[in-house]
Amino acid sequence: MVEIRGLHKSFGPLAVLRDIDLTMAAGSVTVVLGPSGSGKSTLLRCINHLEKPERGRVRVDGELIGRRRASNHLYELGERQVLRQRTGIGFVFQSFNLFPHLTAVENIAEAPISALRRPRAEAHRRARELLARVGLADKVDAYPRQLSGGQQQRVAIARALALDPKLILFDEPTSALDPELVGEVLDVMRDLARAGTTMIVVTHEIGFARELADTVVFLDEGRVIEQGPPAEVLDHPRHDRTRAFLSKVLA
Amino acid sequence: MSLLSSARRTSAHPPTAPPLPDELVVVPARHPWRWIAVAAVLVLLAQFLHGLATNPGWEWGTFAGYFFEKSVMEALLVTLELTFAGAVLGFLGGIVLAPMRLSGNPVLRAVSWAYIWVFRSVPLIVQLLFWANLGYLYDRLQVGVPFGPGFFSVGTSQLVSAFGAALLGLALHESAYAAEIVRAGILSVDQRQREAAAALGIPRLRQFRRILLPQAMRAILPNAANELVNLLKSTSVVYVLAIGELFYQVQVIYGRNGRVVPLLLVATVWYVVLTAVLSVLQHYTERRFSRGYAR
Ligand SMILES: Nc1ncnc2c1ncn2[C@@H]1O[C@H](COP(=O)(O)OP(=O)(O)O)[C@@H](O)[C@H]1O
Ligand SMILES: [Mg+2]
Repeated sequence: MVEIRGLHKSFGPLAVLRDIDLTMAAGSVTVVLGPSGSGKSTLLRCINHLEKPERGRVRVDGELIGRRRASNHLYELGERQVLRQRTGIGFVFQSFNLFPHLTAVENIAEAPISALRRPRAEAHRRARELLARVGLADKVDAYPRQLSGGQQQRVAIARALALDPKLILFDEPTSALDPELVGEVLDVMRDLARAGTTMIVVTHEIGFARELADTVVFLDEGRVIEQGPPAEVLDHPRHDRTRAFLSKVLA
Repeated sequence: MSLLSSARRTSAHPPTAPPLPDELVVVPARHPWRWIAVAAVLVLLAQFLHGLATNPGWEWGTFAGYFFEKSVMEALLVTLELTFAGAVLGFLGGIVLAPMRLSGNPVLRAVSWAYIWVFRSVPLIVQLLFWANLGYLYDRLQVGVPFGPGFFSVGTSQLVSAFGAALLGLALHESAYAAEIVRAGILSVDQRQREAAAALGIPRLRQFRRILLPQAMRAILPNAANELVNLLKSTSVVYVLAIGELFYQVQVIYGRNGRVVPLLLVATVWYVVLTAVLSVLQHYTERRFSRGYAR
């Protein structure tokens, strides 16, 4: 489903991702771990082409993201095509980033209406279904400011789902939440994982990784240091850095 | 002495606080200075109103006679037309120039920057006189291939009437200011909003219209209202082109009858009334765009 080959990204002189090779199967859950600044967010942002990598390529469902290949060259795609590709890739941000001037249902229906040209009534009906699915059927007309952090993040997940994406990327979806609100968001993500959604999740919730991840990837200084099933990487890490990181997170 | 002895007594017997009753009465803070300020303001206001009423120099009779006079009404209409057209054209220009100035394209950025620089530098009155004298520089304007043959041409003075020159000047001038107001509004929106919209694949123009602009409006509106009031009064500068707007018209009248003060008062009161109307509109528009922001 997702295939990353030789991905390289730097900001000026700072190499943030170096030679990343990763493969994720359809329906799989991949958890990305790593210390702050190791390039986790940048990796996710390269997958939906919010950042443009200098080298390497990303394929989602066989389709090259953000680039077009002709003989030995990769050509940057036009903005319109990139935007179309992004409709197939959901993104859930650490800071929710809901549109504050739109109600919950309008937040969710906006992209289906404007990017997929769905009729308004149908998009709103679907948005209500999705709100019910994340347990917020009674918050249809609430503005983001009237919702708790956990509720906002659940609306943001519903907003990503509204495009029926092949893949959803989560960038620390629970890091901005009060501890007692983390559970409600993880519950929604657990349901998605069990329903066979392909997910790549950056998180420090080791419990979530242990329970649901098919693969855990450990990133450090822009490199994949190790990867494997959670039982291996979390319980028997081979690399010192992974061990040091886990002991801090689990402390 | 009694103070001292009482102090000594308390230190000798550490105070045991009297038992608190269940309900304590809250006494709101008192504001004695507020009442003194109110009194001072009322005295000054009374004095001012007394002066307005009793000083014969204001000539209230003349004022009343001209306030709704036909030529004044017509002039008022011209002022309103100039303000309305100047604001609409100005903000349309601003909505184009501001994203240009923020765009990734260096050519667009430079063009917008240069435009704003030039049109903010030239005083409005100077610019108006330039446009009015365009015929002196170019007596015919033609459409055609650059440096090549022309398809058709018109005389400049036919194309640019005095009113046209005034409108052109106001619109170009306003665009530069509006561009900065709109740009400030766009910059006030969290960068992550645009990113969220881009991640959802929302088309570019729609991102601007549906996501960015409505949020930017909250920062744009107070400044835009300010600019609109400014524009309303700037239209009085157009008198240099002998266009019959409000200020020009009262000058014409007092030039004839010598009643300077009451006629200036006619213009002043109209400007005050129009500004009040704009303020009311501003209030309701701001309320409309604060949707979703609890206050
Ligand atoms: N737009 C940017 N410009 C410059 N440096 C950036 C930018 N985005 C991220 N970085 C840098 O790249 C490194 C990796 O960032 P990030 O991917 O956000 O790490 P993580 O999500 O793992 O904490 C950090 O050192 C960060 O400062
Ligand atoms: Mg991050």
